[in-house]
Amino acid sequence: MNRNQWIVLVLVALLLAAFPMTGSTFYTQLITKTMILAIFAMSLDLLVGYTGLVSLGHAAFYGLAGYTLALVQPKYDPMSIFITLPAALAACALFALVTGWLVLRTRGIYFIMATLAFAQMAYFVFHDTGLGGGSDGIYVNNKPVVGVGGTKLLDLDDRAQFYYLVLVTMLVTYLLLRRMLDSNFGRALAGIRVNEHRMRAIGFPVARYQLGIYVLSGTLAGLSGYFAALQFGFVNPEILSWHHSGAALMMVILGGMGTLHGSIVGAFVFVLVEDLFKDQGVFGAFAKHWQLMMGALVVLVAVFLPRGLAGLGAVLRRRRAPETAAVTTTASPAPTGATPTGRASAAGPSTDARDA
Amino acid sequence: MLEVRSLTRRFGGLLANDDVSLRVAVGEIHVVIGPNGAGKSTLINMLSGDLAPTSGQILLDGQDVTALPPERRSLLGVGRSYQKTNIFRGFTVRENCRLAAQSRAPHPWRLLRGADRYLDTNRLAQQAIAQAELTGREERIAGTLSHGEQRQLEIALSLATRPKLLLLDEPLAGMGAEESQRMVELIRKLREAHAILLVEHDVDAVFALADTLTVMVEGRILASGVPTEIRRNPEVQAAYLGEELAGE
Amino acid sequence: MDFAASILIQLLNSVQYGLLLFLVASGLTLIFGIMGVINLAHGSFYMVGAYLAWSLASMTGNLLTAILLGLVLSVALGLLLEWLLIRHFYERDHLYQVLLTYGLILVFEELRSIIWGDDVQSATVPALFAHSIPLTDTLSYPVYRLMMSAACLLVALGMYLLIRRTRLGMTIRAGAHSRELVESLGINVRLLFQLVFALGVALASFAGMLAAPVSSVYPNMGGQVLIICFVVVVIGGIGSIRGALIASLLIGLVETFGQVFLPAVAGMLTYLLMALVLILRPQGLFGKA
Repeated sequence: MNRNQWIVLVLVALLLAAFPMTGSTFYTQLITKTMILAIFAMSLDLLVGYTGLVSLGHAAFYGLAGYTLALVQPKYDPMSIFITLPAALAACALFALVTGWLVLRTRGIYFIMATLAFAQMAYFVFHDTGLGGGSDGIYVNNKPVVGVGGTKLLDLDDRAQFYYLVLVTMLVTYLLLRRMLDSNFGRALAGIRVNEHRMRAIGFPVARYQLGIYVLSGTLAGLSGYFAALQFGFVNPEILSWHHSGAALMMVILGGMGTLHGSIVGAFVFVLVEDLFKDQGVFGAFAKHWQLMMGALVVLVAVFLPRGLAGLGAVLRRRRAPETAAVTTTASPAPTGATPTGRASAAGPSTDARDA
Repeated sequence: MLEVRSLTRRFGGLLANDDVSLRVAVGEIHVVIGPNGAGKSTLINMLSGDLAPTSGQILLDGQDVTALPPERRSLLGVGRSYQKTNIFRGFTVRENCRLAAQSRAPHPWRLLRGADRYLDTNRLAQQAIAQAELTGREERIAGTLSHGEQRQLEIALSLATRPKLLLLDEPLAGMGAEESQRMVELIRKLREAHAILLVEHDVDAVFALADTLTVMVEGRILASGVPTEIRRNPEVQAAYLGEELAGE
Repeated sequence: MDFAASILIQLLNSVQYGLLLFLVASGLTLIFGIMGVINLAHGSFYMVGAYLAWSLASMTGNLLTAILLGLVLSVALGLLLEWLLIRHFYERDHLYQVLLTYGLILVFEELRSIIWGDDVQSATVPALFAHSIPLTDTLSYPVYRLMMSAACLLVALGMYLLIRRTRLGMTIRAGAHSRELVESLGINVRLLFQLVFALGVALASFAGMLAAPVSSVYPNMGGQVLIICFVVVVIGGIGSIRGALIASLLIGLVETFGQVFLPAVAGMLTYLLMALVLILRPQGLFGKA
C-alpha cells in the first residue's frame, strides 16, 4: 500500500470510528450491518476478483456460520465467543473444504452452477429438515460472552461496542488480506487468474491453491455471517439464498473487483442505495417494489459499469466522444489486476485478449 | 536424461504418434522436424504432460514420468516453451520470471511475507532474465514487448524453473531474420547445462543448432541421427521434396 | 397388488417430473452450448409461462387459446430481451452474464408481483383431462399427468427430429461445436442465436404452462426450477440434449422415490447425485471433456 492509500484508510477509519458518537442508533446499526457485509464482500472478492473463480453460492457460508451460532449456543444462556466463533468458522471451513474440492473439479459455467447448487443444498438442509427451525428460523436469544476467566472484555449488547468490534475486524481483515495478496500465495493466485495453464506448466499445483483460497474465502464469509446472526439475533434459511449470493456479487463488482477496498465501497453503496429505494419518503408507494429498482440497477451496472464505480469516469468520458467506440462494446476490458476467467477452458492458456 | 520409449497416441482412428522413441542427453540439442501433421506438437504435448499417451513410456533420468501431470514434471526438471506465446501478459517481465522462480521455493503458507522479499527467488528470476537476454526490460509489461522479446520471455519463464530438460516448441515462430539469429545464439548458449528437445521449421536454425536430428512424418520417425547424414538420406529428401534440405 | 400399483404411480410421477424438467433444462443447455451464455433468468420464463397460462385461461376461458397466446407472448418477451440486452453479453465473461441475469430475475419477480400479486394461484386442470384412470380398487392415476408426460415426450421427439433431421438442427449442432465454423460458412449467426434463444424460452414457458395445474402458480417458482435445471446440466453435460434427458429422468426418479423412502433427506439426494458425478466425471455424463 502506498502513502495515499494509507491516508485514505486512516481517514475512513477515523470517520467510521467517530460515527457512533453522533448518537443515532438506527444509523449505527445500519453501518454495523454494512461493515459486516463489507467483510462478506471482501471474502467473495478474493475468489471472484482475485482468483477468477465466480462463485454463486457464497451465502451458504454466511448462513452456515449463523446457524452454527444459533445451534451451538444454548437456548437461554449465552456462551463464550471463544467457543461459538471457532465452531462457526470450523463448520464453514469444513463445508468449504468438501464442496470446494468437488466444485474445483469443474470450470466456467459448470463451476458457477455447482457452487449455486451446493448453496441450495445447504438452504434445503436448514429449510426442510428439523435441523434448523425450518422456514421460521431460529432465534439467537443471547449475544455471546466476550470474556476471559470471568472478566468481561466486551459487552456485545452495547451497540457501540459491537460497532467497534466489527469496525476493527473489518479494518484488520482488510490489512491482513492486502498483506496476504502480496505474499507468495497471493501472487500465485494472481498468476492462476491470468494464465492457469502456464502456472501448471511452471510447476504450481493449481488445484491446491484454488482449494486453499476457497476455504479461506468461505471461512471469512463465515466470520461475517457470525456477526450478522449476532446482530439480528435471528437466523432463517433466506440468508443462505442465492439472492444473498447475488447481492454480494453486485457489491463486489459495483465497487471495483479485485481491489478489496472496492468491496467495502460496493457494500456501502449497495446498502445506501437499497435503503434509498425502500424509502417511502422518496418513492412513496412504489417503495415496496424496491426490488424492481434494485434489479434495474444491477442490469445497468452489468451493461455499463463492469469495472464498477471506478470505471464510471471512463464511461462518462466515452459517452461525450461519440467518435470512439460505443459504450456497450462487448468485452469491456477489466482492470489489469482483475480479469475473471469464468471462461477459463480446461484446454490451453487463458484468453489473452482480456489481459491486454 | 530424457528417454522416450515407443510413445503412441491415438485420436479415435487417427494415429498421431506411432511408436516414437528417442533420447536426449544433457549438452545435446535434439531437433525434431517434419511437415505439418507429422505429430510434432502431439509429441511435445505428451512430453510436457499436457496430453496423455495411449501407450509407451517417458523416462526422466531413469524415472517413469508417463502418468505425471505437468506440474509434477516441472518440479522434476522439465521446462517447456510454447509455440503460441503463453506468458502472463498483464504482469511485468520481472514478475513473470519471479513467479516462475517462485515455483521452486513456493512457501505458500507464509501468508504475511511479501513475495518480493525472497532473495533466492529474485536471484533465480534475474538469472533467467539475463540468460534470455532481457536485461533492462524487467519493468516492461509483458504484453507491450515486441514479438521477439515475448518469445524470449517465453523461454525465460522455463529457465526460471531451473529445468534440466528444455522442450522448446518452435521458439523462432513468427520471427524475422535478425531476431531468429539472436534466438539461435541464445539457445546455443543453453546447450551446455541442459538437455534440449527442439521442434522447429526454420531450416537454417535447425542445421545451426542440431546435434541430433529426428525427422517425423505422419506420426512415425522416418530417420534419426547426425544432421549431415539425415540431409543425405534419400527417404528424407523424398519427404521434403528434396529442395529445402539438399540446398544450404 | 396395491404395492405394485403404488410403485407404478411413483414411477409415472418420476417420469412426468423428469420430462418436465427436461423441457426447461434442454432450453438452458442449448443456450449454454450454442451461445455460451449462462442465463439465470431462464427460470423466470417458466414462471412467466405459468402465470400467463393461468391468467389468460381465466380471461379467455379457453385453455388452448391461453397456451398459444401465452407462448407467443413469452417468445416475444424473450426475443425482446435478447435483442435489448442478452446479445451484448455473448462475448463477455460469465461473471457479467450472471450479474445481468440476476438483475433480470429481480425485475421479473417484482413485475410479476405488480401485475399478478403475490398469492399462490391454482390453475384448473382442463375438463378434458380432469379425471383419473383407476389402477386398483383404491389407487388411480390422474389423466392430466399422463397428458403432461405425453406432451413433453412429443416435444422431446420434435426436438430430436429438429436437431438430427433438419438443416437448422445441423446448424445448431455445428454452432454448439464452434461458432467460428458456423460464421465462416456464411450462416447468419444472429438469426441462429435468436432462434435458439426463442426455442429455449418457448420450452421453459410451455413447461410452466403444463406444470401450472399440478404444482400451482406461485412466487419464486422460477428460481426453484432453475436451480434443479442447473443440476441437470451439470450432471448431463453442457450442450447435450441427450444428457439433459437422462439427467432429468435420473433426478425425477431420485427425488420421487427419495420422497417415498427417505423423506428426511429426499431433497439432498439430487445434490449428492451431482456430487457423485463431479467426482467421477466432472464434465457431465455426456459433456465434452
